[in-house]
Amino acid sequence: MTSGEFEGWSTLDKRTLAVTAVMMTGAAVGAAIPTTAAIVGGGARFWVALAWVVAGGLVLVAGGVLADLFYWKGVRYRLTPERLETAFTLVFRSRKSLQRERIRNVDLTANPLHRLFGVAVVTIGTGSHESGGQGRIKLNPVSRAEAERLRAELLRRAESVEIDEDAPLAELDRSWIRYAPMSFLTPALGLAAGGGLMQVSEWAGLRKGLIDWAIGLFRGIPLVVAILILLAIAMVVGLIGALGLWVEMWWNYRLDREAGGTLRVRRGLFTTRSISIEERRMRGIDLVEPLGNRISGAARVDAIATGMRQSDDKDKTDYHTLLPAAPVATANRVAAAVLREPVSPTEAVRLTGHPRAARGRLLRWWIGSVVVLLAIFALLGFLLTDVLLVIGAALGVVLLPASVLLALDAYRNLGHGITGRYLVGRHGTVRRSTFALERDGVIGWTVKQSIFQRRKGLLTVEATTAAGAGAYSVYDAGEEQGLLFAEESVPELLTPFLDRA
Amino acid sequence: MRSHCKRSSGVDSVEAERGKVRLRPPRNALDQRVVGWWRLQGTLFWGAPVLVLVVLGLLIAPARFWLLTPAVVFAVAGLAWVIAMPPWWFKVHRWEVTETAVYARSGFFWQEWRVAPMSRIQTVDTLRGPLQQVFKLATVTVTTASARGAVKIRGLDHELAASLAEQLTETTQATPGDAT
Repeated sequence: MTSGEFEGWSTLDKRTLAVTAVMMTGAAVGAAIPTTAAIVGGGARFWVALAWVVAGGLVLVAGGVLADLFYWKGVRYRLTPERLETAFTLVFRSRKSLQRERIRNVDLTANPLHRLFGVAVVTIGTGSHESGGQGRIKLNPVSRAEAERLRAELLRRAESVEIDEDAPLAELDRSWIRYAPMSFLTPALGLAAGGGLMQVSEWAGLRKGLIDWAIGLFRGIPLVVAILILLAIAMVVGLIGALGLWVEMWWNYRLDREAGGTLRVRRGLFTTRSISIEERRMRGIDLVEPLGNRISGAARVDAIATGMRQSDDKDKTDYHTLLPAAPVATANRVAAAVLREPVSPTEAVRLTGHPRAARGRLLRWWIGSVVVLLAIFALLGFLLTDVLLVIGAALGVVLLPASVLLALDAYRNLGHGITGRYLVGRHGTVRRSTFALERDGVIGWTVKQSIFQRRKGLLTVEATTAAGAGAYSVYDAGEEQGLLFAEESVPELLTPFLDRA
Repeated sequence: MRSHCKRSSGVDSVEAERGKVRLRPPRNALDQRVVGWWRLQGTLFWGAPVLVLVVLGLLIAPARFWLLTPAVVFAVAGLAWVIAMPPWWFKVHRWEVTETAVYARSGFFWQEWRVAPMSRIQTVDTLRGPLQQVFKLATVTVTTASARGAVKIRGLDHELAASLAEQLTETTQATPGDAT
């Protein structure tokens, strides 16, 4: 590569080599222990095994660092007044450039290794819908200071960028951790841990021993009690997991408004993240209350914004969460502050309920799904073993009343309304969602009606938008009610297609 | 205006909930040839399993009854489907383009009315599948900036579809803004 061609271009941070070296060493050590054990187990002498493994590990580390060196040498980037460009030169040459005015988000991520070496990964996106990372550039990694500089430069729209350090819109309250275990994550993590243990023990060839040991431990205890004890252990493990995950994700959380017109979320204990959303891209908020959180009076706030990076397959982080589960009053305050409204539209709105027919629909749906489940148990019970009949009966006693309660709750939660610049809709029981969508942000309507809905005079109205999930629905509204709501929230759009008898 | 919809008023009967405001059907029907296209699709859809069952039934003598019975059931159901459904769909599927919006109705068991305002249209595509080409038909897809807001009109005469796409593209290009 000629130096003339890349005059004025920057390279990535050289400390990436150190990061890679440490990471590969970690991987090599991790792989070495079971490998050595396997070789020794195979009959070889310990020193011979160690020599092979160490040599292999060295090759692995050296190879990784060498590959990273080539990558580091190949990547160049440049920030011009109009665009951000990257070039990759290694056998192939490729170039990618983003128009600066189309850049919508600049996110910073640093895992513990990155932080140790003072570097960060910067992801710059235009937020276009196309997949395959076409509208995205990832600089992996640059120095911490350079990352901050890029972020400030790229998101600067106004002349002055003074970071408004003194007044965050929200800051972490450590007591919010009490909402973390109230989620389906807890049992899921517990069961996953149990499954993981079985898997690992199988790899190590100890599975039978583990099971025998457990059976021996529970000798003399009835099977039901043993199962309950195991479930309790799984729940405790899940609880610890959920708390740990919450701490890792939300430690040092703070939400700021910056003078450049961006909202910025910063959070993370080991891996730190900084996520920026341009304010003029905001089209509303979604107040999400999973059942566990709703019972304990908590809610989460998600942004509805255009050009948001969707959480991609590799990274499960929710990029649109503005506030983790917090007391509802806090959630409403943050929602109002984010939207620059005196009161959050989700609080200001008077929600209109939906016709009784919707309740019948929800009851039929919920009870119907339980009946189908019970029918499966009954059928299998008659065909195979009576135990299933007992389990099915027990489930029925619990699930049937629960489904009625959930259906009634779901009906009570249905509602819609208009307040100021926003249209608001609410639905759901296991996960109640109250969205407030800017009326100007609605770019079309979809009205849906199944034959069952038609018989009951109900329909579902879906406001399509460029932001967030792409469409927000008001479920099971009355025919006239739903259509008039759509007409009133976005005047003119639906009017020419309405028939008034 | 909507006070009667409030839960507290206890309005229960379906008739009272059915108001006077309805979505009117879009003005234009699809091309008449679409019925033939749907019939061919239905024939292929139902015909494939029938054919497989009949062939197996002829080859495997012991299971003949158990193979040919479902074949007959499928054939009868498929025939009824192919005869009855397409004309019905033809009545439901309609479309319209006004100066301000594109409006289409589709579906039968799950009916859908979609409206996309002219000012928010981003792209207009036409598509002709192999079966559609036989019938000289085309599908027009009108997309907006919403990932879930596309309006599809399936089964227009292919020349009409092309001119419609052209006309829509011109109209939307004249509209400023990034349509979000």
